[in-house]
Amino acid sequence: MNRCLACCFAVLLSAGTVFAQVKAKAQNVPEIPYDSVANFLKLPAGLYMGEAMGVATNSKGHVFVYTRSALTRLFEFDQNGNYVREIGEGNYGFEFAHSVRVDPQDNIWVVDEGTNMVIKFNPAGRIVMVLGHRPDAVAGALASPAGPPPPAEKYLFGRPTDVAWDPQGNIFVSDGYTNHRVVKYDKNGRFLRQVGSEKPGSEPSQFNTPHGLAVDAQGNVYVADRANHRMQVFDNNLVLRAIYDNIGDSWTVCISPGPHQYLFTSNSNPNGNAPGTWDITGEIYKMELDGTIVGKFGHASKELGGFQVAHMLDCRNPNEVIVAEIESWRVQKLLLKPQPATSASR
Amino acid sequence: MRRFLLISFAASLLSGIPAAAQFSVPEIAFDSAADQLKLPDNLHLGEVAGVATNSKGDVFVYTRTGHPTISIGTARPFAHGGSRLFQFDRSGKFTREIGQDSYGFMVAQQVRIDPQDNIWIVDQMSSMVIKFDPNGRPQLLLGRKAEAERVPALPLNPEPAPAGGPGGRGPAPGPGPAPAAEGPPGRGGRGGPPGAGAQSDIFQRPTDVAWDAAGNIYVADGYGNARVAKFDKHGKFIKSWGSRGLAPGEFNTPHGIALDAQGNVYVADAGNRRIQVFDSDGTFKTLFLNSGTPSAICITPGPHQYLYSSNSNPPDDIDVNGEIYKMELNGKIVGRFGRAGKVPKEFGTVNAIDCRSENELYIGEIGNWRVQKLALHSN
Repeated sequence: MNRCLACCFAVLLSAGTVFAQVKAKAQNVPEIPYDSVANFLKLPAGLYMGEAMGVATNSKGHVFVYTRSALTRLFEFDQNGNYVREIGEGNYGFEFAHSVRVDPQDNIWVVDEGTNMVIKFNPAGRIVMVLGHRPDAVAGALASPAGPPPPAEKYLFGRPTDVAWDPQGNIFVSDGYTNHRVVKYDKNGRFLRQVGSEKPGSEPSQFNTPHGLAVDAQGNVYVADRANHRMQVFDNNLVLRAIYDNIGDSWTVCISPGPHQYLFTSNSNPNGNAPGTWDITGEIYKMELDGTIVGKFGHASKELGGFQVAHMLDCRNPNEVIVAEIESWRVQKLLLKPQPATSASR
Repeated sequence: MRRFLLISFAASLLSGIPAAAQFSVPEIAFDSAADQLKLPDNLHLGEVAGVATNSKGDVFVYTRTGHPTISIGTARPFAHGGSRLFQFDRSGKFTREIGQDSYGFMVAQQVRIDPQDNIWIVDQMSSMVIKFDPNGRPQLLLGRKAEAERVPALPLNPEPAPAGGPGGRGPAPGPGPAPAAEGPPGRGGRGGPPGAGAQSDIFQRPTDVAWDAAGNIYVADGYGNARVAKFDKHGKFIKSWGSRGLAPGEFNTPHGIALDAQGNVYVADAGNRRIQVFDSDGTFKTLFLNSGTPSAICITPGPHQYLYSSNSNPPDDIDVNGEIYKMELNGKIVGRFGRAGKVPKEFGTVNAIDCRSENELYIGEIGNWRVQKLALHSN
């Protein structure tokens, strides 16, 4: 038993080094000034935010937060931050929140890494499609199997992390912590193709913890390849187009709508901060789609205006970025102040 | 369509070929209402393991709404919760919940309504069959839930899952056939090793329940055992038949059971990809090999009875199987409809069919967390 424990710790330690944070290579990036809206989301008495994993807005500006409280829950707020309702209460797919996104038709999608499910709610809050299959309870809790991971399957996820759509409605899922791939499905949920596999890797088109993704208006797919300290960009058929490796660890990505789209990514400070970590992490980058950095904002901090492990961004309005934080159990709305359109060196 | 049907029938009659060799099965046209059941905002269907109607047209759904919760910090891990039983009226309006927080509701497997409108549920994890009266009070209990669960579970039986079984990440015995788990501690009375064909009133992951005209109770049992257990109407154990194997009268994951008006017992022998027919004493009569992996079966009432059987896709793949067959009781296929998928009129791992009305079916889906009400076109 002792030996087993020691092995466990060794594995944990090595996993820790895998996720060690790096300082972004980009230099002389202009700072974008901003204000944080205090007390943006107002929960009724008796309701509390847990780890804020996912945040997204719909076309009306309503804010959806997928959070780990005693139970994993999905809350909706209006554009002023007033609490509206809970969605999906107690459903079979809610166990360990990871992401929420809202599609162009205002359907609400959540990604749950505890149940390995991607769940689509219609705007009324009813489940209309599920992807993946939660492992059956009847087998009981099982010790982790030894040996290499089994091949990734078309319709099963291994702790998936995020979901996005192209203009045709095709569905992209980043999958995830135990698989290391991005999967494309058609709008009816049929498997089309994937890039990556069940194995982590650092070569182009391989992933090590694809942790988030977003799709631009042309259907290109931007993947936060977190533990490889980079973002990878693919065309609509998941063929590699570019790698952006100057922005630290890409934890999450967000692309603003409209004729001129911007790309946001967070070099989040990690869970478990060594001395000095806060000095080199925590900033969010605003970029052109081609990878040119426009500017950066934010820093690691537990206090308002800083971030303690930013986990997800909403950038429906590129000048009002909403940030969900794991360790500070909160959601902040940032008002970015207008900037002259200068670009930094990459 | 009608002509096609006639030709098909004529062809098989003239040539005398068995249904298994029918070269083309007519497609039955149908419509679907995928949002027939209306739940309150704070209730959601999870994996729909069972759906059934009573004589008034009320609809009952037994669904997996979560995973059982384990209480920790004790010498043995105790498990509870995980499934719920909902009732709707014939228009689909939510009526009530039955059996809230029941000791036996863990992993829903099936719900059936007997001729007296009693509601019977089968729970795969608590290994219990529970009869509720029409008012929703427990009337009869078969089997016993294990006192505690083993965490982590014992290794699964190394026997490979048969074709059509669930694959994929981790040991996830789905509604398809699967290797059996060893019983957890405290299940010494589970009737011996899995598949031995226990002569016992204790179940091992049972799957379905049915009755004959005298009220005798037949339980398909199940993932762990591989047998049919027969009780009288008072719940007294009479006998069981079958054990794990391929021979006629043997089973590999009996996954559904239904009786016709003559008392013949139809068993969906999913792991062997066949339907076996017995008389009410368990004497083997015949088997059907023409309808894939029967994962859910149902027999219509009335003077001319039909058998519906779903060749359900495994939960990890929507690109195989998924169609439902309508058959005569002699095994001849009348037609088929549907395919695996996620949108309405497609099926995701069908686990239950209600066919109280021949052309108005309720379909319970594991994969799509929903109930579809189908209207079959009757030409």
